[in-house]
Amino acid sequence: MALRTLSRKSLAGLTRNGRGGLGFGLVPVRGLKTFTLPDLPYDYGALEPSISREIMEIHHLKHHNTYVDNFNKALDNLEQAMDTGDSSTVVKLQSALKFNGGGLEGGGEPPKGSLGWEVDNQFGSLQSLKQKMMVEGSALQGSGWVWLALDKDQKKLSVECTANQDPLIVKGANYVPLLGIDVWEHAYYLQYKNVRPDYLKYIWEVVNWKYASEVYEKEYP
Amino acid sequence: MISQTFYCEMLSSLTRAMLSSSSPPPSSHLLLTHSSHCLKTPNLSHRQCKQQKRWTHGSQRASRVVAYYGLKEPPYKLDALEPYMSRRTLEVHWGGHHRNYLEGLNKQLEKSDILYGYTFDELVKATYNNGNPLPEFNNAAQVWNHDFFWESMQPGGGDMPKLGVLEQIEKDFGSYTSFREKFIEAALTLFGSGWVWLVLKREERQLKIVRTSNAICPLVWDDIPIICLDMWEHAYYLDYKNERGKYVDTFMNHLVSWNAAMVRMARAEAFVNLGEPNIPVA
Repeated sequence: MALRTLSRKSLAGLTRNGRGGLGFGLVPVRGLKTFTLPDLPYDYGALEPSISREIMEIHHLKHHNTYVDNFNKALDNLEQAMDTGDSSTVVKLQSALKFNGGGLEGGGEPPKGSLGWEVDNQFGSLQSLKQKMMVEGSALQGSGWVWLALDKDQKKLSVECTANQDPLIVKGANYVPLLGIDVWEHAYYLQYKNVRPDYLKYIWEVVNWKYASEVYEKEYP
Repeated sequence: MISQTFYCEMLSSLTRAMLSSSSPPPSSHLLLTHSSHCLKTPNLSHRQCKQQKRWTHGSQRASRVVAYYGLKEPPYKLDALEPYMSRRTLEVHWGGHHRNYLEGLNKQLEKSDILYGYTFDELVKATYNNGNPLPEFNNAAQVWNHDFFWESMQPGGGDMPKLGVLEQIEKDFGSYTSFREKFIEAALTLFGSGWVWLVLKREERQLKIVRTSNAICPLVWDDIPIICLDMWEHAYYLDYKNERGKYVDTFMNHLVSWNAAMVRMARAEAFVNLGEPNIPVA
């Protein structure tokens, strides 16, 4: 799989409707753009042993790819049938998946600087934040995502959950995602089976706090 | 240790007392309800009951036996559905997920006197609370759904429905092929976690295909389920990974139990009159 170096800033600059930034192949077709599967900024085996290579390959090449294909199909239909309902769903999940692709990396080093301070301030410690996200993630029924969100207006961190592929925006327009953890069963089942709490425990080893810190510092320089 | 027969007597008298004040449940998915299940040699893998509580009610001192739900085994061995559904899947799905829901439910029922008294079908409906589900709903409904799911499959299943079920399918969908297409389409277009059901609608007196999200069960709309298919990822991921189409096809070709559907249909006809003649108005 060809690796491309994606700069953190370009990932952070990706907007909800998926335009712009590296990682998308934009091919104008009859005036419409089609999207391609963005590459991951790391090798499939890079997140072992927290997330197995097999899961990463299937998750990226199958699930994510299917979403991209469906998105393109929906775009095609848009011209003919105004299939806005479906395409908006796909747009949402594009942003969620894209975000997660960028958000998992970095060896799980704990956040330093202002984000680290804010985490300690609000949650008491990094451990208690992790605990909270584990509890929320485990309690989520069905499929969804658990997020560490920044409330821009109130300047507060919070742990939020969304269902299916809803992006964080549905919880409030003032939320900015710092970290997103996929708790759809396909994200962990092959390795952890039904023990979702274990997956949520070990994923911290590969979480990209650096990226989260950068996003945070961008909002509050 | 209380003997099995004594436990059964206590349980049936308890249930009778509870049932006497409410009408009999119209839509349990088996001919036998849970209470009568213990009267034959039960196929339960473990039974949790027998928590003695001392009741001081004035001068009366009665010891109360509290019963909990036991995990019902599928009506076949765990490897009986190979190669279409692996033993590993059954072990994790039934032994892990289904069991967790059940244990969660029992813990919740421990704390709720009101909910404890319901029969299982009624419990699902009551905890659904008309769209505002109580915390117990998820566990109760998922246990119900999974029980129904295991019984909707059999080794050597698939093939075509026969007799009354086939007639009704042909009446309501045109042909078995058309029903099968619609069912598969419903399963594949379901987003997120959920279930696909073939239900008999009471008012319309028709079979319909219904999709539900997460834990919702068509019982809550007073429909009568005939068969169901679990489309949560945990149901197929170990065997088929993301190839849902293959899973659904395999279910229709090799797993679905039309025998179970026939039994449920026969029972449903006691409540829904499918054979109403069209009497012309003079």
